[in-house]
Amino acid sequence: MAKSIPPVWNKIAKHAMLPETTHDERARYNFLANLNKHLAHVSQGNKIAYETRVEPKFKKEHGREIKDTKELGQEIAKDPHYQIWSSLRRSTMEMRQQAGRSIVLRQAEALRDKARALNAGKDSLVLDSNCEIPPYLLAVDNHLMPGSYHTELIEDDVTPAANYDSGIFVTTAGLLGRYNDGGGKAITSWVKKNYPNFNPKRILDIGCGMGHNVLPIARAFPDAEVIAIDTGAPMLRYAHARAMDLGITNVKFMQMDAGKTIFEDASFDWVQSTMFFHETGGKSIYNIMNEVYRLLKPGGLTLHIEQPQYTDDMSLFEKFIRDWDALNNSEPYWSKMHDIEPLDLMKASGFKEEDFMQIGAKAENDLDDGSQNADEPEDHGRSPIWNVFGAIKN
Amino acid sequence: MIDYIKLASSKSKGKRPYFHDDPAVERVLNITMAVAGELAVMRERMDSIERILEKKGLVLKEEIENYVPDSKEIEEERQTWHSEYISRILRIVQQEMEELENPDKSIEDIANDINEM
Repeated sequence: MAKSIPPVWNKIAKHAMLPETTHDERARYNFLANLNKHLAHVSQGNKIAYETRVEPKFKKEHGREIKDTKELGQEIAKDPHYQIWSSLRRSTMEMRQQAGRSIVLRQAEALRDKARALNAGKDSLVLDSNCEIPPYLLAVDNHLMPGSYHTELIEDDVTPAANYDSGIFVTTAGLLGRYNDGGGKAITSWVKKNYPNFNPKRILDIGCGMGHNVLPIARAFPDAEVIAIDTGAPMLRYAHARAMDLGITNVKFMQMDAGKTIFEDASFDWVQSTMFFHETGGKSIYNIMNEVYRLLKPGGLTLHIEQPQYTDDMSLFEKFIRDWDALNNSEPYWSKMHDIEPLDLMKASGFKEEDFMQIGAKAENDLDDGSQNADEPEDHGRSPIWNVFGAIKN
Repeated sequence: MIDYIKLASSKSKGKRPYFHDDPAVERVLNITMAVAGELAVMRERMDSIERILEKKGLVLKEEIENYVPDSKEIEEERQTWHSEYISRILRIVQQEMEELENPDKSIEDIANDINEM
Protein backbone atom coordinates (compact mmCIF):
# COMPACT_ATOMS: atom_id res chain seq x y z
CA MET A 1 0.00 0.00 0.00
CA ALA A 2 1.14 3.48 -0.77
CA LYS A 3 1.93 5.77 2.11
CA SER A 4 -1.11 7.16 3.91
CA ILE A 5 -2.38 10.54 2.89
CA PRO A 6 -3.26 13.32 5.31
CA PRO A 7 -6.85 14.59 5.41
CA VAL A 8 -7.57 17.79 3.48
CA TRP A 9 -7.47 20.96 5.53
CA ASN A 10 -11.12 21.82 5.02
CA LYS A 11 -12.04 18.78 7.15
CA ILE A 12 -11.18 20.75 10.27
CA ALA A 13 -14.08 21.95 12.36
CA LYS A 14 -15.40 25.37 11.47
CA HIS A 15 -16.16 27.89 14.18
CA ALA A 16 -16.62 31.63 14.26
CA MET A 17 -12.97 32.39 15.11
CA LEU A 18 -11.37 30.21 12.48
CA PRO A 19 -9.80 32.57 9.93
CA GLU A 20 -11.36 32.88 6.49
CA THR A 21 -9.33 31.08 3.87
CA THR A 22 -9.17 31.36 0.11
CA HIS A 23 -8.94 28.38 -2.19
CA ASP A 24 -5.17 28.87 -2.59
CA GLU A 25 -4.56 29.28 1.14
CA ARG A 26 -6.25 25.94 1.80
CA ALA A 27 -4.28 24.38 -1.06
CA ARG A 28 -1.06 25.74 0.47
CA TYR A 29 -1.89 24.06 3.79
CA ASN A 30 -2.68 20.83 1.93
CA PHE A 31 0.67 20.97 0.17
CA LEU A 32 2.50 21.56 3.46
CA ALA A 33 0.70 18.73 5.29
CA ASN A 34 1.71 16.38 2.48
CA LEU A 35 5.25 17.72 2.47
CA ASN A 36 5.52 17.10 6.22
CA LYS A 37 4.29 13.58 5.77
CA HIS A 38 6.68 12.99 2.90
CA LEU A 39 9.63 14.24 4.92
CA ALA A 40 8.85 11.75 7.70
CA HIS A 41 9.66 9.12 5.07
CA VAL A 42 12.78 10.95 3.92
CA SER A 43 13.85 11.02 7.57
CA GLN A 44 14.15 7.24 7.50
CA GLY A 45 17.23 7.74 5.35
CA ASN A 46 19.01 9.46 8.23
CA LYS A 47 19.25 6.21 10.17
CA ILE A 48 20.56 4.38 7.11
CA ALA A 49 23.07 7.13 6.38
CA TYR A 50 24.16 7.09 10.01
CA GLU A 51 24.59 3.33 10.19
CA THR A 52 26.18 2.80 6.79
CA ARG A 53 28.23 5.97 6.32
CA VAL A 54 28.62 8.21 9.35
CA GLU A 55 29.27 5.63 12.07
CA PRO A 56 31.66 3.35 10.07
CA LYS A 57 33.66 6.36 8.87
CA PHE A 58 34.04 7.68 12.40
CA LYS A 59 35.11 4.30 13.74
CA LYS A 60 37.68 3.92 10.99
CA GLU A 61 39.12 7.37 11.59
CA HIS A 62 39.05 7.37 15.39
CA GLY A 63 39.17 3.72 16.33
CA ARG A 64 36.25 4.12 18.72
CA GLU A 65 32.50 4.57 18.89
CA ILE A 66 30.75 7.94 18.76
CA LYS A 67 30.42 8.85 22.43
CA ASP A 68 27.40 11.15 22.75
CA THR A 69 24.65 12.94 20.86
CA LYS A 70 26.78 16.06 20.52
CA GLU A 71 29.54 14.17 18.74
CA LEU A 72 26.93 12.37 16.68
CA GLY A 73 25.50 15.74 15.64
CA GLN A 74 28.89 17.01 14.55
CA GLU A 75 29.51 13.91 12.43
CA ILE A 76 26.10 13.53 10.83
CA ALA A 77 26.10 17.23 9.95
CA LYS A 78 28.56 16.34 7.17
CA ASP A 79 26.27 13.74 5.63
CA PRO A 80 24.49 14.84 2.43
CA HIS A 81 21.25 13.01 3.20
CA TYR A 82 21.03 14.52 6.65
CA GLN A 83 21.78 17.92 5.14
CA ILE A 84 19.00 17.79 2.57
CA TRP A 85 16.46 16.32 5.00
CA SER A 86 17.30 18.92 7.63
CA SER A 87 17.16 21.84 5.27
CA LEU A 88 13.88 20.63 3.75
CA ARG A 89 12.32 20.12 7.16
CA ARG A 90 13.42 23.48 8.46
CA SER A 91 12.17 25.08 5.28
CA THR A 92 8.80 23.30 5.65
CA MET A 93 8.40 24.53 9.23
CA GLU A 94 9.16 28.08 8.15
CA MET A 95 6.75 27.79 5.22
CA ARG A 96 4.04 26.60 7.58
CA GLN A 97 4.46 29.72 9.69
CA GLN A 98 4.54 31.93 6.62
CA ALA A 99 1.41 30.30 5.22
CA GLY A 100 -0.48 30.67 8.51
CA ARG A 101 0.59 34.23 9.11
CA SER A 102 -0.23 35.28 5.56
CA ILE A 103 -3.78 34.02 6.20
CA VAL A 104 -4.36 35.61 9.60
CA LEU A 105 -2.45 38.89 9.34
CA ARG A 106 -4.38 40.06 6.28
CA GLN A 107 -7.58 39.74 8.35
CA ALA A 108 -6.17 40.75 11.74
CA GLU A 109 -8.78 43.49 12.33
CA ALA A 110 -11.70 41.29 11.26
CA LEU A 111 -10.58 38.48 13.57
CA ARG A 112 -10.11 40.95 16.42
CA ASP A 113 -13.61 42.32 15.86
CA LYS A 114 -15.12 38.82 15.86
CA ALA A 115 -13.38 38.05 19.15
CA ARG A 116 -14.52 41.37 20.64
CA ALA A 117 -18.13 40.62 19.71
CA LEU A 118 -18.05 37.12 21.21
CA ASN A 119 -16.18 38.24 24.34
CA ALA A 120 -18.12 41.44 25.05
CA GLY A 121 -19.72 41.64 28.49
CA LYS A 122 -18.49 38.21 29.60
CA ASP A 123 -16.81 37.83 32.98
CA SER A 124 -15.31 34.51 31.91
CA LEU A 125 -12.40 36.27 30.19
CA VAL A 126 -10.08 37.98 32.65
CA LEU A 127 -7.05 39.73 31.18
CA ASP A 128 -4.38 41.32 33.35
CA SER A 129 -2.20 43.95 31.71
CA ASN A 130 0.23 43.64 34.65
CA CYS A 131 0.88 39.98 33.90
CA GLU A 132 4.53 39.69 32.90
CA ILE A 133 5.51 37.38 30.07
CA PRO A 134 7.92 34.84 31.62
CA PRO A 135 11.54 35.20 30.46
CA TYR A 136 11.55 31.69 28.97
CA LEU A 137 8.83 32.80 26.55
CA LEU A 138 10.58 36.06 25.72
CA ALA A 139 13.83 34.21 24.94
CA VAL A 140 12.56 32.23 21.98
CA ASP A 141 9.72 32.00 19.47
CA ASN A 142 8.63 28.44 20.13
CA HIS A 143 8.20 26.31 17.01
CA LEU A 144 9.39 29.18 14.85
CA MET A 145 6.25 31.22 15.37
CA PRO A 146 7.44 34.81 14.98
CA GLY A 147 6.29 36.90 17.94
CA SER A 148 5.37 33.81 19.93
CA TYR A 149 2.05 33.71 21.83
CA HIS A 150 2.07 37.18 23.32
CA THR A 151 3.04 39.72 20.64
CA GLU A 152 0.23 42.05 19.65
CA LEU A 153 0.58 43.59 16.20
CA ILE A 154 -2.70 45.49 16.61
CA GLU A 155 -4.72 46.40 19.68
CA ASP A 156 -6.55 43.35 21.06
CA ASP A 157 -4.76 41.12 18.56
CA VAL A 158 -5.77 37.45 18.29
CA THR A 159 -3.63 36.46 15.28
CA PRO A 160 -1.06 34.32 17.14
CA ALA A 161 -3.89 32.00 18.22
CA ALA A 162 -5.63 32.08 14.84
CA ASN A 163 -2.34 31.11 13.20
CA TYR A 164 -1.82 28.32 15.73
CA ASP A 165 -5.38 27.01 15.39
CA SER A 166 -5.43 26.94 11.61
CA GLY A 167 -1.92 25.60 11.16
CA ILE A 168 -1.40 22.93 13.83
CA PHE A 169 -3.43 20.69 11.54
CA VAL A 170 -0.62 21.03 9.00
CA THR A 171 2.29 20.19 11.29
CA THR A 172 0.49 17.19 12.74
CA ALA A 173 -0.98 16.18 9.35
CA GLY A 174 -4.43 16.20 10.94
CA LEU A 175 -3.61 13.67 13.64
CA LEU A 176 -5.08 15.78 16.44
CA GLY A 177 -8.59 15.66 15.03
CA ARG A 178 -11.08 18.19 13.69
CA TYR A 179 -10.81 20.47 16.72
CA ASN A 180 -7.08 19.86 17.32
CA ASP A 181 -8.18 18.51 20.68
CA GLY A 182 -6.90 14.91 20.49
CA GLY A 183 -4.76 15.46 23.60
CA GLY A 184 -7.56 16.84 25.76
CA LYS A 185 -9.90 14.10 24.60
CA ALA A 186 -7.36 11.37 25.34
CA ILE A 187 -6.74 12.60 28.89
CA THR A 188 -10.46 12.99 29.56
CA SER A 189 -11.12 9.41 28.47
CA TRP A 190 -8.24 8.13 30.57
CA VAL A 191 -9.45 9.91 33.69
CA LYS A 192 -13.06 8.75 33.16
CA LYS A 193 -11.91 5.17 32.68
CA ASN A 194 -9.43 4.99 35.54
CA TYR A 195 -11.24 7.20 38.05
CA PRO A 196 -14.90 6.54 37.28
CA ASN A 197 -15.97 8.10 40.59
CA PHE A 198 -13.83 11.21 40.22
CA ASN A 199 -16.12 14.21 40.26
CA PRO A 200 -13.92 17.30 40.22
CA LYS A 201 -15.58 20.54 41.30
CA ARG A 202 -12.71 22.83 40.29
CA ILE A 203 -10.29 22.14 37.45
CA LEU A 204 -7.27 24.22 36.44
CA ASP A 205 -5.60 24.01 33.02
CA ILE A 206 -2.18 25.66 32.96
CA GLY A 207 -0.63 27.05 29.78
CA CYS A 208 -3.94 26.61 28.00
CA GLY A 209 -2.98 28.43 24.78
CA MET A 210 -6.00 28.68 22.50
CA GLY A 211 -7.91 26.37 24.84
CA HIS A 212 -8.16 23.44 22.44
CA ASN A 213 -7.30 20.80 25.05
CA VAL A 214 -9.28 22.19 27.97
CA LEU A 215 -12.60 22.18 26.14
CA PRO A 216 -13.00 18.36 26.06
CA ILE A 217 -12.39 18.36 29.84
CA ALA A 218 -14.95 21.11 30.39
CA ARG A 219 -17.44 19.27 28.19
CA ALA A 220 -16.90 16.00 30.09
CA PHE A 221 -17.41 17.70 33.47
CA PRO A 222 -20.14 20.26 32.74
CA ASP A 223 -20.82 20.94 36.40
CA ALA A 224 -17.19 21.69 37.21
CA GLU A 225 -15.79 25.20 37.43
CA VAL A 226 -12.92 25.11 34.94
CA ILE A 227 -10.21 27.76 34.91
CA ALA A 228 -7.68 27.96 32.09
CA ILE A 229 -4.64 30.18 32.45
CA ASP A 230 -1.99 31.46 30.07
CA THR A 231 0.26 34.51 29.89
CA GLY A 232 -0.56 35.29 26.25
CA ALA A 233 -3.49 37.70 25.96
CA PRO A 234 -4.01 37.02 22.22
CA MET A 235 -4.35 33.30 22.98
CA LEU A 236 -6.89 33.92 25.75
CA ARG A 237 -9.04 36.32 23.73
CA TYR A 238 -9.22 33.78 20.94
CA ALA A 239 -9.66 30.80 23.27
CA HIS A 240 -12.56 32.45 25.05
CA ALA A 241 -14.27 33.55 21.85
CA ARG A 242 -13.79 30.09 20.35
CA ALA A 243 -15.25 28.42 23.46
CA MET A 244 -18.23 30.80 23.38
CA ASP A 245 -18.91 29.97 19.75
CA LEU A 246 -18.63 26.25 20.47
CA GLY A 247 -21.15 26.65 23.28
CA ILE A 248 -18.84 25.79 26.16
CA THR A 249 -19.54 28.19 28.98
CA ASN A 250 -17.99 26.60 32.09
CA VAL A 251 -14.41 27.68 31.38
CA LYS A 252 -12.99 30.91 32.74
CA PHE A 253 -9.91 32.07 30.80
CA MET A 254 -7.50 34.11 32.91
CA GLN A 255 -4.19 35.78 32.10
CA MET A 256 -1.75 34.51 34.69
CA ASP A 257 1.71 33.02 35.10
CA ALA A 258 1.44 29.35 36.13
CA GLY A 259 4.42 29.87 38.44
CA LYS A 260 2.60 32.52 40.52
CA THR A 261 -1.14 32.23 40.40
CA ILE A 262 -3.59 34.14 42.58
CA PHE A 263 -5.53 31.08 43.71
CA GLU A 264 -5.78 29.84 47.29
CA ASP A 265 -3.98 26.81 48.67
CA ALA A 266 -5.77 23.50 48.13
CA SER A 267 -8.42 25.00 45.87
CA PHE A 268 -8.44 22.60 42.89
CA ASP A 269 -9.41 18.95 42.43
CA TRP A 270 -7.53 18.59 39.16
CA VAL A 271 -4.61 20.52 37.69
CA GLN A 272 -3.87 19.68 34.06
CA SER A 273 -1.29 20.73 31.49
CA THR A 274 -0.93 19.60 27.88
CA MET A 275 2.30 20.05 25.95
CA PHE A 276 3.21 22.88 28.26
CA PHE A 277 6.27 22.07 30.37
CA HIS A 278 8.63 21.63 27.41
CA GLU A 279 7.99 25.27 26.55
CA THR A 280 8.94 26.54 30.03
CA GLY A 281 12.42 26.85 31.58
CA GLY A 282 14.86 24.99 33.81
CA LYS A 283 14.04 26.89 37.01
CA SER A 284 10.46 27.83 36.20
CA ILE A 285 9.46 24.20 35.74
CA TYR A 286 10.11 23.62 39.45
CA ASN A 287 8.29 26.81 40.48
CA ILE A 288 5.30 25.79 38.41
CA MET A 289 5.23 22.28 39.87
CA ASN A 290 5.46 23.80 43.38
CA GLU A 291 2.45 25.89 42.48
CA VAL A 292 0.59 22.82 41.18
CA TYR A 293 1.24 21.10 44.52
CA ARG A 294 0.12 24.14 46.48
CA LEU A 295 -3.12 24.51 44.51
CA LEU A 296 -4.20 20.88 44.69
CA LYS A 297 -6.60 19.74 47.36
CA PRO A 298 -5.54 16.64 49.30
CA GLY A 299 -6.63 13.72 47.13
CA GLY A 300 -6.50 15.97 44.06
CA LEU A 301 -5.19 14.80 40.71
CA THR A 302 -2.57 16.34 38.48
CA LEU A 303 -1.63 15.12 34.98
CA HIS A 304 0.80 16.49 32.43
CA ILE A 305 0.87 15.43 28.80
CA GLU A 306 4.39 15.76 27.48
CA GLN A 307 6.74 14.62 24.75
CA PRO A 308 8.02 11.05 25.12
CA GLN A 309 10.85 10.65 27.63
CA TYR A 310 14.27 9.39 26.67
CA THR A 311 14.85 5.89 27.91
CA ASP A 312 18.08 4.04 28.65
CA ASP A 313 17.43 1.54 25.88
CA MET A 314 17.12 4.31 23.28
CA SER A 315 20.03 4.44 20.86
CA LEU A 316 22.21 7.53 20.62
CA PHE A 317 20.82 8.06 17.15
CA GLU A 318 17.24 8.01 18.34
CA LYS A 319 17.98 10.50 21.10
CA PHE A 320 19.73 12.71 18.60
CA ILE A 321 16.93 12.68 16.04
CA ARG A 322 14.32 13.32 18.74
CA ASP A 323 16.27 16.40 19.73
CA TRP A 324 16.35 17.67 16.17
CA ASP A 325 13.01 19.42 16.52
CA ALA A 326 13.92 20.85 19.89
CA LEU A 327 16.85 22.69 18.39
CA ASN A 328 15.89 23.23 14.77
CA ASN A 329 12.19 23.84 15.20
CA SER A 330 12.97 26.16 18.13
CA GLU A 331 11.60 24.36 21.14
CA PRO A 332 14.93 24.53 22.96
CA TYR A 333 13.84 23.68 26.50
CA TRP A 334 12.55 20.34 25.25
CA SER A 335 16.20 19.28 24.73
CA LYS A 336 16.96 20.10 28.37
CA MET A 337 13.79 18.75 29.93
CA HIS A 338 14.91 15.25 28.98
CA ASP A 339 17.49 15.49 31.75
CA ILE A 340 14.77 15.82 34.38
CA GLU A 341 13.01 12.69 35.54
CA PRO A 342 9.32 13.52 35.94
CA LEU A 343 9.32 11.62 39.21
CA ASP A 344 12.13 13.80 40.58
CA LEU A 345 10.38 16.93 39.38
CA MET A 346 7.23 15.96 41.24
CA LYS A 347 9.02 14.75 44.35
CA ALA A 348 10.85 18.07 44.57
CA SER A 349 7.47 19.75 44.99
CA GLY A 350 6.23 17.42 47.69
CA PHE A 351 4.46 14.69 45.77
CA LYS A 352 5.17 11.21 47.10
CA GLU A 353 6.80 8.51 45.03
CA GLU A 354 4.00 6.03 45.73
CA ASP A 355 1.47 8.53 44.37
CA PHE A 356 3.39 9.09 41.12
CA MET A 357 2.05 7.73 37.84
CA GLN A 358 3.33 7.64 34.28
CA ILE A 359 1.36 6.41 31.28
CA GLY A 360 1.49 6.53 27.50
CA ALA A 361 -1.22 8.34 25.57
CA LYS A 362 -2.21 8.71 21.95
CA ALA A 363 -4.40 11.43 20.48
CA GLU A 364 -8.06 10.61 19.97
CA ASN A 365 -8.58 11.55 16.37
CA ASP A 366 -12.09 11.97 14.99
CA LEU A 367 -10.61 12.53 11.55
CA ASP A 368 -9.19 9.04 11.41
CA ASP A 369 -11.19 7.19 8.79
CA GLY A 370 -8.80 4.25 8.71
CA SER A 371 -6.50 5.76 6.08
CA GLN A 372 -4.35 7.04 8.94
CA ASN A 373 -3.59 3.56 10.17
CA ALA A 374 -1.10 2.61 7.48
CA ASP A 375 2.29 1.59 8.75
CA GLU A 376 3.88 5.00 8.85
CA PRO A 377 7.30 5.96 10.14
CA GLU A 378 7.09 7.93 13.36
CA ASP A 379 7.47 11.60 12.68
CA HIS A 380 9.73 12.42 15.59
CA GLY A 381 8.62 15.51 17.33
CA ARG A 382 5.25 15.75 15.62
CA SER A 383 3.67 12.44 16.54
CA PRO A 384 0.66 12.60 18.81
CA ILE A 385 2.06 9.83 20.99
CA TRP A 386 2.87 11.17 24.40
CA ASN A 387 4.12 10.55 27.87
CA VAL A 388 1.70 11.49 30.62
CA PHE A 389 2.99 11.89 34.16
CA GLY A 390 1.24 12.97 37.28
CA ALA A 391 0.21 12.13 40.80
CA ILE A 392 -2.49 12.21 43.37
CA LYS A 393 -1.64 14.63 46.17
CA ASN A 394 -1.72 12.87 49.49
CA MET B 1 -3.04 48.69 8.60
CA ILE B 2 -0.13 46.40 9.42
CA ASP B 3 2.22 45.35 6.61
CA TYR B 4 0.84 41.84 6.54
CA ILE B 5 2.92 40.76 3.57
CA LYS B 6 6.22 41.60 5.23
CA LEU B 7 5.12 40.40 8.66
CA ALA B 8 3.92 37.05 7.33
CA SER B 9 7.49 36.23 6.34
CA SER B 10 9.14 37.48 9.55
CA LYS B 11 12.02 35.62 11.09
CA SER B 12 11.61 33.92 14.48
CA LYS B 13 14.03 34.49 17.38
CA GLY B 14 17.37 32.70 17.38
CA LYS B 15 20.11 32.33 14.78
CA ARG B 16 18.83 30.30 11.84
CA PRO B 17 20.55 26.91 11.43
CA TYR B 18 22.06 26.11 8.03
CA PHE B 19 22.68 22.51 7.05
CA HIS B 20 24.57 22.66 3.78
CA ASP B 21 28.26 23.45 3.52
CA ASP B 22 27.41 26.54 1.53
CA PRO B 23 24.50 28.65 2.84
CA ALA B 24 23.74 29.63 -0.74
CA VAL B 25 22.51 26.08 -1.36
CA GLU B 26 20.07 26.47 1.50
CA ARG B 27 18.90 29.83 0.25
CA VAL B 28 18.18 28.51 -3.22
CA LEU B 29 16.52 25.40 -1.82
CA ASN B 30 14.16 27.50 0.29
CA ILE B 31 13.16 29.58 -2.70
CA THR B 32 12.72 26.46 -4.82
CA MET B 33 10.52 24.78 -2.21
CA ALA B 34 8.36 27.89 -1.97
CA VAL B 35 7.94 27.84 -5.74
CA ALA B 36 7.21 24.10 -5.63
CA GLY B 37 4.49 24.89 -3.10
CA GLU B 38 2.97 27.53 -5.33
CA LEU B 39 2.93 25.10 -8.26
CA ALA B 40 1.03 22.62 -6.06
CA VAL B 41 -1.40 25.40 -5.15
CA MET B 42 -1.94 26.15 -8.84
CA ARG B 43 -2.41 22.46 -9.60
CA GLU B 44 -5.12 22.21 -6.95
CA ARG B 45 -6.80 25.28 -8.41
CA MET B 46 -6.76 23.78 -11.91
CA ASP B 47 -8.25 20.61 -10.47
CA SER B 48 -11.08 22.63 -8.89
CA ILE B 49 -11.73 24.43 -12.18
CA GLU B 50 -11.85 21.17 -14.14
CA ARG B 51 -14.23 19.58 -11.66
CA ILE B 52 -16.55 22.58 -11.58
CA LEU B 53 -16.61 22.72 -15.39
CA GLU B 54 -17.45 19.04 -15.47
CA LYS B 55 -20.18 19.39 -12.83
CA LYS B 56 -21.77 22.14 -14.90
CA GLY B 57 -21.58 19.95 -17.97
CA LEU B 58 -19.33 22.40 -19.78
CA VAL B 59 -16.34 20.12 -20.17
CA LEU B 60 -15.80 16.51 -19.22
CA LYS B 61 -12.64 15.78 -17.27
CA GLU B 62 -12.21 12.88 -19.60
CA GLU B 63 -12.09 15.29 -22.55
CA ILE B 64 -9.23 17.12 -20.86
CA GLU B 65 -7.49 13.85 -20.03
CA ASN B 66 -7.76 12.59 -23.62
CA TYR B 67 -7.04 15.85 -25.37
CA VAL B 68 -4.22 15.79 -27.90
CA PRO B 69 -3.34 18.60 -30.27
CA ASP B 70 -5.18 18.21 -33.54
CA SER B 71 -3.12 20.50 -35.73
CA LYS B 72 0.53 21.08 -36.46
CA GLU B 73 0.15 24.67 -35.31
CA ILE B 74 -1.12 23.68 -31.87
CA GLU B 75 1.54 20.99 -31.54
CA GLU B 76 4.26 23.54 -32.21
CA GLU B 77 2.69 26.11 -29.93
CA ARG B 78 2.64 23.68 -27.03
CA GLN B 79 6.12 22.32 -27.57
CA THR B 80 7.46 25.84 -27.87
CA TRP B 81 5.93 26.66 -24.52
CA HIS B 82 7.76 23.75 -22.92
CA SER B 83 10.99 24.77 -24.58
CA GLU B 84 10.68 28.36 -23.34
CA TYR B 85 9.67 27.27 -19.87
CA ILE B 86 12.63 24.93 -19.44
CA SER B 87 15.06 27.49 -20.79
CA ARG B 88 13.63 30.06 -18.40
CA ILE B 89 13.99 27.93 -15.26
CA LEU B 90 17.40 26.52 -16.19
CA ARG B 91 18.77 29.92 -17.21
CA ILE B 92 21.72 29.81 -14.83
CA VAL B 93 22.94 26.48 -16.20
CA GLN B 94 22.96 27.90 -19.73
CA GLN B 95 24.75 31.03 -18.61
CA GLU B 96 27.42 29.05 -16.81
CA MET B 97 27.97 26.99 -19.97
CA GLU B 98 28.28 30.14 -22.07
CA GLU B 99 30.82 31.47 -19.60
CA LEU B 100 32.69 28.15 -19.80
CA GLU B 101 32.76 28.33 -23.60
CA ASN B 102 33.66 31.95 -23.66
CA PRO B 103 35.51 33.05 -20.50
CA ASP B 104 34.58 36.62 -19.86
CA LYS B 105 36.10 39.62 -18.19
CA SER B 106 34.67 40.97 -14.96
CA ILE B 107 32.45 44.05 -15.16
CA GLU B 108 35.10 45.96 -13.15
CA ASP B 109 37.64 45.15 -15.87
CA ILE B 110 35.15 46.16 -18.54
CA ALA B 111 34.54 49.40 -16.65
CA ASN B 112 38.26 50.06 -16.70
CA ASP B 113 38.33 49.17 -20.41
CA ILE B 114 35.44 51.53 -21.11
CA ASN B 115 37.12 54.23 -19.12
CA GLU B 116 39.86 54.11 -21.72
CA MET B 117 37.45 54.18 -24.63
